[in-house]
Amino acid sequence: MGQQVLNGIFVGSIYALFAVGYTLVFGVLDILNLAHQAVFMLAAFVALVLVENAHLPLVLALPAAVIAGGLIGLVLERLAFRPLRGRSDSNISGLISSLAVATILEAIALQFFGPDISRFPPGTFPDRMIQIGAASASLLQLCIIGISVLLMALLSFVMARTRLGRQLRAVAESPRAARILGIDVDRTIAVAFFLSSALGAAAGVLFGLAFNSISPDVGRGVELKGLAVIILGGMGSVPGAVVAGFALGLIEVFTVEHIGSSFRDVVSFAVLFLVLVARPRGLFGRAAAREA
Amino acid sequence: MSDLFLAYQALFAFVGINGLLALSVYATLSCGQLSLANAGFMAVGAYTAALITLHAPFVPFVFVLAAAALLPALVAVPLGLPVLRLRGVFLAIATIGFGEVVRLFFVNWDFTNGALGLVAIPQRTGLFTIAAALAVALFVLGRLWRSRAGYALEAIREDETAARTMGIRTTAYKLAMLSLGAALAGLAGGLEAHYTFMVAPGGYGFGRVVEMLVQAVVGGTAAFYGPVVGAAFLTVLPEVLREVGARLGLAPGPFRLFLNGAILLAVILYLPNGLVSLPARLRRKVLS
Repeated sequence: MGQQVLNGIFVGSIYALFAVGYTLVFGVLDILNLAHQAVFMLAAFVALVLVENAHLPLVLALPAAVIAGGLIGLVLERLAFRPLRGRSDSNISGLISSLAVATILEAIALQFFGPDISRFPPGTFPDRMIQIGAASASLLQLCIIGISVLLMALLSFVMARTRLGRQLRAVAESPRAARILGIDVDRTIAVAFFLSSALGAAAGVLFGLAFNSISPDVGRGVELKGLAVIILGGMGSVPGAVVAGFALGLIEVFTVEHIGSSFRDVVSFAVLFLVLVARPRGLFGRAAAREA
Repeated sequence: MSDLFLAYQALFAFVGINGLLALSVYATLSCGQLSLANAGFMAVGAYTAALITLHAPFVPFVFVLAAAALLPALVAVPLGLPVLRLRGVFLAIATIGFGEVVRLFFVNWDFTNGALGLVAIPQRTGLFTIAAALAVALFVLGRLWRSRAGYALEAIREDETAARTMGIRTTAYKLAMLSLGAALAGLAGGLEAHYTFMVAPGGYGFGRVVEMLVQAVVGGTAAFYGPVVGAAFLTVLPEVLREVGARLGLAPGPFRLFLNGAILLAVILYLPNGLVSLPARLRRKVLS
């Protein structure tokens, strides 16, 4: 039991980290960035290349991959979202353009790394087990939980206490009013993309380390989980995404335990669908999900 | 010479199947909704048709195809009903996982040989049947376009709130179009299964949805025939460009994927109404 809870928290921390970035852009732009999972995947490959080919230690490779992810996010915003701003159909065309960028990024990964599973070289992270009560966890798992929680706490602090956070929330509320108040809306949105993608990238590297398998389609499954998390937590709600991420991790671990692993991905879909039927605004969402 | 003809015959058949798939995406796009479940619908149709043919070979092919279209259309109703009352993005969110659920279902179902799928399905279709199916689909969508219902769909696409205020039953229209799209995808799946002799869960992954979407958008979704133009263009193009990719030292798989993404992005940014809007645009440019 204790072991299951620990495993659930471990998986959940990665889902939460992924979803927090996802929901940040969703909250600010009200646009679903379908390329988020591709940034997640590509960042894992970036870290892999840095560790394997450049022989960088992981403590350097992780931040480098995170920054690379953020930069990909900036390019993504410039390429797929900024040109559409102000267009009447920007909602649906934003979905399509981000899907296009996701496809391009996947093609790049496929070209350079092939469709097979890539792995970090052995010894990338010290292999140590730690006993906590009746449960045991690897040092890696604990570090992953720690890093995720730290990054999410940092984001919550930025959103709540800093000038940047206030600007982000103002733009989320009303881009027009924010512009009148002298906020550089374009810059703020670009920053949101940088942060969002950097968090997604961190989740990608941690996921790659945790399961030690990276492939160009690794983001697909996580995307569905991320969507389930942001719907469960409430669109645009950062604390909601954190809570829901851990909740989904626990639900998944217990389903796998009691029903079987082949339906792992069906769990997220079931959660997603049930929330949409029963409570479309999720646990912490404030705005109604219906059209205004 | 006959080899050449056979090769091109297959190409035309795939233009037809892809045309149906592009139309299936267009059906929902025409009322401003993005459905990413169409590969799942296609799989449901393909498996339905293949199972009927394999286990009840006496059923006429027309009925097999009808079943392949009907079942996904029915499945679409419970999937769409709860989310279509919500804002536009919710359909995309709910449908993104549906294809994966369908895929997992068939991977784990022993009756359909799991991941290996069904093989040795008798070939019951050819170019003529596929062309006829495409013609029927175009006829239906053409009649809808510029009809009373067609204008209602356009109103929903432009401004859903305004459309509802005018008394248009938006949810019913959106659901009907999702179902129609599912039927077209299922029909295409049934045709493809009987053209390529096999169905396997791997053929209906997310990449397939992207492909349909690219073809619909590249052709243009402002007119009902646009998606077929896009399907024809993009089914023939990789054959032509394969040489180019090989010269550049790119593997065919990634190259095709890259091309799909790049073309989709370019079209959505610079030619939002697709290839079919190109003549009018050029004419305007020449005149001004």
